[in-house]
Amino acid sequence: MVEFTLNGAAVALDVPSEASLLQALRGPAGLSGPRFGCGDEQCGSCMVLVDGKPAYACTLSVAAAVGRAVTTVEGLGTPDAPHPLQTAFLAEQAGQCGYCLSGILVSAAALLARDPAPDEAAIRAALDPHLCRCGSHNRIIRAVRRAAREMAA
Amino acid sequence: MSPAKEPGASPQGSGFAAVTAAPPPGAPTLPGSLNGNRLLSHWLGFHADGKVTITPGKVELGQGILTTLSQIAADELDVDFTRVTARAAATPDSPDEGVTSGSLSTQDSGSAMRHACAAARAIFLQVVAQRTGIPVEDITIEDGIFHGPAGEIGSYWALADAALLETEAPPEVTPKPASARRIAGTSVPRIDLPDKVFGAARYVHDLRLPGLLHARVVRPPSRGAVLTMLRDGPLPGEARVVRDGSFLAVLAATEWDAEAAATRLAARAEWAERDTLPEATTLPDWLREAAARGERSAVVQRGDPAAGVTRWLKRSFHRPYIAHASIAPSCAVARWQDGSVEVWSHSQGPYNLRADLAKTLKCPAERITVRHMEGAGCYGHNGADDVALDAVLAARAVPGVPVRLLWSRAEELGWSPFSPGMLVEIEAGTDATGTLVGWRSHIISNGHSSRPGRAPEPTLLSASMLAEPFPVKPSINPPMSGGGGAPRNGVPLYRIPGMDIATTRLLEMPIRASALRGLGATLNVWSIESVMDELAGQAGADPLDYRLRHLDDGRAAAVLTRVAEMAGWAKRVKREGWGLGLGMARYKNLGGWAAVVAEVEACERVFCRRLWIAGDVGEVVNPDGVANQYEGGAIHGTSVALLEQVRFDRRRVTSDSWEDYPILRFSEVPRVEVAFIDRPEQPFLGAGEASMAPTIAAIGNAITDALGVRPSRLPFTPDNL
Ligand code: FES
Ligand code: FES
Repeated sequence: MVEFTLNGAAVALDVPSEASLLQALRGPAGLSGPRFGCGDEQCGSCMVLVDGKPAYACTLSVAAAVGRAVTTVEGLGTPDAPHPLQTAFLAEQAGQCGYCLSGILVSAAALLARDPAPDEAAIRAALDPHLCRCGSHNRIIRAVRRAAREMAA
Repeated sequence: MSPAKEPGASPQGSGFAAVTAAPPPGAPTLPGSLNGNRLLSHWLGFHADGKVTITPGKVELGQGILTTLSQIAADELDVDFTRVTARAAATPDSPDEGVTSGSLSTQDSGSAMRHACAAARAIFLQVVAQRTGIPVEDITIEDGIFHGPAGEIGSYWALADAALLETEAPPEVTPKPASARRIAGTSVPRIDLPDKVFGAARYVHDLRLPGLLHARVVRPPSRGAVLTMLRDGPLPGEARVVRDGSFLAVLAATEWDAEAAATRLAARAEWAERDTLPEATTLPDWLREAAARGERSAVVQRGDPAAGVTRWLKRSFHRPYIAHASIAPSCAVARWQDGSVEVWSHSQGPYNLRADLAKTLKCPAERITVRHMEGAGCYGHNGADDVALDAVLAARAVPGVPVRLLWSRAEELGWSPFSPGMLVEIEAGTDATGTLVGWRSHIISNGHSSRPGRAPEPTLLSASMLAEPFPVKPSINPPMSGGGGAPRNGVPLYRIPGMDIATTRLLEMPIRASALRGLGATLNVWSIESVMDELAGQAGADPLDYRLRHLDDGRAAAVLTRVAEMAGWAKRVKREGWGLGLGMARYKNLGGWAAVVAEVEACERVFCRRLWIAGDVGEVVNPDGVANQYEGGAIHGTSVALLEQVRFDRRRVTSDSWEDYPILRFSEVPRVEVAFIDRPEQPFLGAGEASMAPTIAAIGNAITDALGVRPSRLPFTPDNL
């Protein structure tokens, strides 16, 4: 059993320790938000927060999460209680296929937690580990700025 | 019909005219895909609970087509947008709309949906009028409720069970005039986006059927390799092996066991390998050589290209193979039951996929059900169809059990079809005044489509690896009437009295080639626009004025003028190391117009810092959606222009990771400004592919402005400049 805190709740997952955190989250934990894109820390689709810091779930072994707090996009907010970032992404229609968004949203949340008013360069730098093939970048940057404004208000 | 003559197959989707079902002989022509799928109940249905379902055959690729079609339906029916649900396409019930590609979805499906909904509205009006005795003219519809002079007299929902849609669409239907539309033409938010920002299980990758097994393919170490030996031995998690010839896969209950088993199995496999790929460093030479053995055909012959010419400009341009590089590796789920198989797939063409699965399995198509589920954006014919066959082959070993097969990143970047390497040779002739009067060009390339469903043999990757393998036929080009493949946009839009344009389709295909956003346009538009700039320079004219001087197409001139205003073209100031460039095309010479100004900065390599884009796609159903497509296409084009190149040695594609196939990142993405010339009375034209090639052209020309060198090879890396 691997025990950690997932989106605010304690979980105990029956997974072998060689499984990746991503496999554990998408498998026994039953989540779909963290996505597989490369398995190689190259695209950011799998990004989650571990103790508030962005981490590639594809290469992190599930054992490394023991005793820590893991946050996925599902843990940011829900349709009924969305995170300001999720509201802002919808307001800016920031996405096309959307496959990149789960990872981008958690990285953006970590950015706003440490820098509540990031400028464009800071947003670009924070999101640089993330690939978006659809070309939604500028909308995503606008959405992060909008969320920062709303959170400050 | 030979496959080479077959017309082929969207926003994002890339490709050509959809081949859909044929209408009955003698039947009147109906708009778009309605012509071949004439029953209204195939397109929409009303439900007693006050909902409307639309069931188009086009599929969501992230381009927002389901939102667009829902808007059109809501408008024509006079119902609130939130009542409309769009159901994903599936065989055999959805209309067969061929492939979602070629920027044709709004044209094919939107015009069909508008007509079908207008017809449905008219039928319901008739029935309500008959039942109540109130003349049709005195009835209004408000959010699906019918009102007579004295109040409510019925609704779509009350009549939902009356089977009124079990009828063919009549030809004589008048959809609303543009001025009466309330929803089409507005930026309704995308219906699929909420799921995507909350991490919901929306993609085929997320489908978790009870008892599901995970499968992985063990790919050959190189192209053309044949499996000669497989040593026995235990596998983790009691994984089981599926083998058919050189197709090798493993099945296990968990992802970790499936992956560990695939790694272990790969170490136990022996393959006979050989050189099958051309020398990458001399690809243009290989293209010329292979062209001598290829199939040459005329694209356009008009007048005498040499008449009046006093000066020739001869240039050649080359483009490498490029990858779709979807952000998600391709995935499919399949389940066999009693000799039939059900497949969940992010294919662009469920019917086409079904046809090729049937050919591969040698069974009637009726035994196969293909259900569309979204994947990541595909930008053309990527591995979506191939992985569906892989899942079907793997699942055949475990009847009754659903099997999810996910490709690896290396398979996605190494084994999907690619957009082929190309070469174009151009001779542009000017007269004594510097006016362009003659044009000769020769476009050399593999065909730009290996899409499934069109040829006698299946084109799916693993079909060629089975114990009884199917041959891999060279890819084909759709006809010019559908936009063409390699020669797409190869005919300049400019007024040139003499033209002789030819293309050679290669008859050997060392690397599987197929449709990627823009097809041949990515090379052709850039090469034409590069030559136009150089001719303007020779004539001592401004590149904008020189283009306008050669244009009879008013809509082309309008986007150019608009983009020049947006970018402050006339007042531009030269800055050391910076450059501005212009690019313009009408996609396929039939679709949407796009004019682009690019600003580049040349540092240790070239960066594109800003893009201004002016577009014209006729009627705009969802302005924000169209802007999103134009901007996305332009950023895609920037990535192709500056970074992208499939690399290979004599045996295998080596650029099979993001490290070796980089695409544009957040830190490198230009700022983009997009504006549209709205033409609500004009037919819809697609938006997904129009901006990409003009962006590449604009960046190429901006590089010349910045550095004084004229690029002749993509990508525009320091090595190639
Ligand atoms: S899947 Fe983890 S970085 Fe790509
Ligand atoms: S929206 Fe498709 S990859 Fe970002």
